Amino acid sequence: MMTSILQATIEFLKAFWAPLLCGVAIVAVLPLIVGYIVLVERKLMADMQARLGPMRVGPHGLLQPIADAVKLLIKEDIIPDNADKLVFWLAPVLSVGAALLSLAGLAIGPAFQIAQDINIGILFVVGISAMGIFGIVLGGWASNSHYSLMGALRSSAQLVSYETAAGMALVSALLFTGTLNIKSIVEAQSKEGIWFVMLAPVAFFTYLVASIAETNRAPFDLPEAESELVAGYMTEFSGFRWSLYFLAEYANMIVVASVATTLFLGGWLRPFASVRWLNFLDFVPVFLIVAVGVYCVQRTPKQPTRVQQLFMLAVAGLCFVLGLVLLAPVVLPVAKPFYAGIHGGFWFVLKVSLYIYFFMWLRFTIPRYRFDQLMRLGWHFLIPLSIVNVLLVGVALIAGSYLNLHGWGLLLVTTPAAIVTLIVAFLILAMEKEPGAPQDQAATSDFYAG
Amino acid sequence: MLDKVLFYFFAGIALASAVLMVTRRNVVHSAIFLITALLATAGIFLQLRAEFLFIVQIILYVGGIMVLFVFVIMLVNLDVALQQIQFARQKWVALFVALALAGQVGLMFWTSGKMPGQGLPVLTAAAAAKLPPNSETVARSLFESYLLPFEIASVLLLVAMIGAVVMAKKRV
Repeated sequence: MMTSILQATIEFLKAFWAPLLCGVAIVAVLPLIVGYIVLVERKLMADMQARLGPMRVGPHGLLQPIADAVKLLIKEDIIPDNADKLVFWLAPVLSVGAALLSLAGLAIGPAFQIAQDINIGILFVVGISAMGIFGIVLGGWASNSHYSLMGALRSSAQLVSYETAAGMALVSALLFTGTLNIKSIVEAQSKEGIWFVMLAPVAFFTYLVASIAETNRAPFDLPEAESELVAGYMTEFSGFRWSLYFLAEYANMIVVASVATTLFLGGWLRPFASVRWLNFLDFVPVFLIVAVGVYCVQRTPKQPTRVQQLFMLAVAGLCFVLGLVLLAPVVLPVAKPFYAGIHGGFWFVLKVSLYIYFFMWLRFTIPRYRFDQLMRLGWHFLIPLSIVNVLLVGVALIAGSYLNLHGWGLLLVTTPAAIVTLIVAFLILAMEKEPGAPQDQAATSDFYAG
Repeated sequence: MLDKVLFYFFAGIALASAVLMVTRRNVVHSAIFLITALLATAGIFLQLRAEFLFIVQIILYVGGIMVLFVFVIMLVNLDVALQQIQFARQKWVALFVALALAGQVGLMFWTSGKMPGQGLPVLTAAAAAKLPPNSETVARSLFESYLLPFEIASVLLLVAMIGAVVMAKKRV
């Protein structure tokens, strides 16, 4: 019995050592990435509010995430007296586990995928990441606090409502590919020579809004609305448990951004990947990275201390090395086989970063929605819009196949479909604001307001 | 070998959490164990290389229905629920159902022994590469063999969804 179990373990390790190693690497590196996303967010917020943001730890606050992590780890871990201990312990782990697990299905480049070529690709990512909701709901319940429970209830209602719209948006993009496999989705975009964001702009918009709501980000961050609910479902959590929730939130952002990138923004493809005379675009990554490096060198004399100057130079050096790595596959014929991997990774990360940047931009621009407004936006606007969109995209595709259209030619049929969907959207909005209806009527059914 | 270990692992978890789900007094704990049981069942689907069923099980039951379950449970007053009797005392009905189930399983064992030349049915797994892609197979049977029932069911679900929107829209 024991030997057979041992044998099975060895068999398992033999077959899956590479993905396991990748998984361990991701779990180890992701907190660092998340820390730096938080730093970028704080810097962006500071920039938009005409401040400097964190500046003290390291040059331009570059070491702030590490200081924050140390602070979070050595904080006192408090469990409320009347909390359900087991569930309280389980909830943050569930949240972060689901977020990390769903990362396994994503393909960063044609070769970088932990779970290689799973047939259900995108469904796996979406379905597993949706399980993170249990972390939030159970955490809110186990804290035995009214604010937490309120946040948890809001969160689950919000997620259930917006998942429908997000799913419909995914369906309209998947109509173009006819497969769920992540690699095949990107390959379909490469074959058509056009990204699906051009073919299904309405679906992209729907997914964008729904993904903000699903990750509980502002302006839809009602589960943790600090002016109403202290900190929502996280109120009673502190130290390491709190940071697990934090990690889960940002990991979820990465997941939704990657799904949108894969489905709508061409995954790891360069813009206009199939156009020959635009091949000079391959130098753009090199140029960008080197520009960052040059800027770092230029800023070096302005750093106050010697250590900070050295750190800045080290960052610049890292940029130059990255630039060389990116340059090699374009110039050297020997490194040509690595082109797809290296440049694919760059473009994928760039697109994901832009998507997340958009999230942050919205967060600092738009004030928070009220809960009934949020529900109305989901059920009255996004869901009807996405259903109509699926229908019209399907009709457009059938028309396209009759006319034998491919690639950019498909725009001839999908653009009218998108325009009709927009008209429907305006009709829905006009019906919402029908004259004579008192403005605040819906507020009477606002159960979850704080 | 690996398959067997995985199967017994998931089956054990499913059975244990199913028992725990019935015996826990706290409703939220029951819900957690039900989720575990459903996930373990999904694991068995995956071990049988039915990845589409695996993800549908997770998306529908765990991600959809159980979220609503937990949502409703949180609105229930747990203190009242704790004071009520845990098991409905329907001994005779339970005994009858259990006996019927046992009889069914026993019949299966008995008849399979009677079949010429074989004992219990042994199902050998095909090599993973030889299996047709899962979601394509499901789609083919849904949209080719069972198109009409499928369409009826999906229209029903769509009507339910639109109905929910219309009812939410109605100004009271």
